Amino acid sequence: MKYIDEFRDPEKAQILIREINQLVAQIEACRKLPLQIMEVCGGHTHAIFRYGLKQMLPSGLEFVHGPGCPVCVLPMGRMDDCIALAESPGVILATFGDAMRVPGSHKNLLQAKAEGADIRMVYSPLDALKLAQDNPDREVVFFGLGFETTMPSTAMTLLTARRVGIRNFSLFCNHITIIPTIRAILDSPDLQLDGFLGPGHVSLVIGTEPYEFIARHYLKPIVISGFEPLDLLQSLWMLLRQLAEGRAEVENQYARVVSMSGNKAAVAAVNEVFELREFFEWRGLGSIDHSGVRIRDEFSEFDAEKKFHVPNLQIADPKECQCGEVLKGVIKPQQCRVFGAACTPQTPMGALMVSSEGACAAYYNFGRIDISAHPVVADSERGTAV
Amino acid sequence: MCLAIPGRIVEIVDEESQLARVEVAGVRRNVNIGLLDRNSIRVGDFVLIHVGFALSRVDEVEALATLRLLEELGEMQAETAREITEQTK
Ligand code: SF4
Repeated sequence: MKYIDEFRDPEKAQILIREINQLVAQIEACRKLPLQIMEVCGGHTHAIFRYGLKQMLPSGLEFVHGPGCPVCVLPMGRMDDCIALAESPGVILATFGDAMRVPGSHKNLLQAKAEGADIRMVYSPLDALKLAQDNPDREVVFFGLGFETTMPSTAMTLLTARRVGIRNFSLFCNHITIIPTIRAILDSPDLQLDGFLGPGHVSLVIGTEPYEFIARHYLKPIVISGFEPLDLLQSLWMLLRQLAEGRAEVENQYARVVSMSGNKAAVAAVNEVFELREFFEWRGLGSIDHSGVRIRDEFSEFDAEKKFHVPNLQIADPKECQCGEVLKGVIKPQQCRVFGAACTPQTPMGALMVSSEGACAAYYNFGRIDISAHPVVADSERGTAV
Repeated sequence: MCLAIPGRIVEIVDEESQLARVEVAGVRRNVNIGLLDRNSIRVGDFVLIHVGFALSRVDEVEALATLRLLEELGEMQAETAREITEQTK
């Protein structure tokens, strides 16, 4: 597939790995290893494991898995609210498949569905809107999740609903924004990061400019990266060059889709529909100022939190869970006391085990295989991300 | 969740509802192109699709530049390797 296969070329991967080895050796001459690199985006975490990149890289390089997995950081109370909405009379809850198995305090959406709630999995918020049009006597609530990548699509869907005059459609808005969270991570005293791989698809919406503070104020390098193996390796190489040369800049490896100013129409749609919340609760990370958005008053007729009674409970995570420490990179997934025992992808206790982008699921599914024996690209693994 | 896939625009289906027919890995589906600058895209272009919306055009020139850079890096490595073997002869 064009724009995928070329970026999985094993020969070019070897070229980059040689450069990376050399740079790590060069850096090691001046300072103590390991280098701690945070990949912010869960899609990157997944790709690093799936292609076995970790095994190909020198041991002096460590990945700290960032919070960029929207399902993983959704607090349990919001999940309970979502289930309560799904169980309200007359409601059809439309959701991305990713959310189906995220644990609430008593059950997940899959169990609620089995108990009779009308829950439909959709690929796009537009499919949810179509459900509303096809079922005029029902209320369709779309479970809106995701970062800046997904926000414009939800915003466009609400704008369409208003334009066409669809009244039985609303959004349970759980969209979050990544920049305040990166700042919170940089301010956290237990983290010693050397640099960041920046989220490519968030950046194609917001551009590269919003990351400048990371380089300027925190003096950390960041490289916006694509999702194929060559993208990630090239980004690492660029990041290591910055470290070796003592630079801290925002660089863009993913220039084939990310521009400095981002997608202005997408940002405009988001700003028309959403405004920042004062704070939003992240599972494991706690409350972070201005890290979520809500629907503006002008669109309140489409706001499920205004249209329906939402319990809005705060529920603490089970105490055996150490998702917060994993999310902050303080411990590795396998160091969690329930990892692989009480918590597995089949019986997840924390959301990090549910989503294929969660660090725990990645360790569980790929962490124990010696992938270095396999080629970079397996035929069965074609065509998922660019 | 932030996954997005590249697809090729094969037809603009409906200007008003901003729908285009896009081919992804041999499968054709309708994608909303309302977030793209309509003047900058045409049939045959590749776009990056996320949850039913095209979010960006894939820039062929930039993609080739990235690959070319890696080729040059490989040539440089081969050159250095040659020099080293010659010196040690
Ligand atoms: S193993 Fe389960 S409980 Fe522990 S951090 Fe991972 S997801 Fe959370």
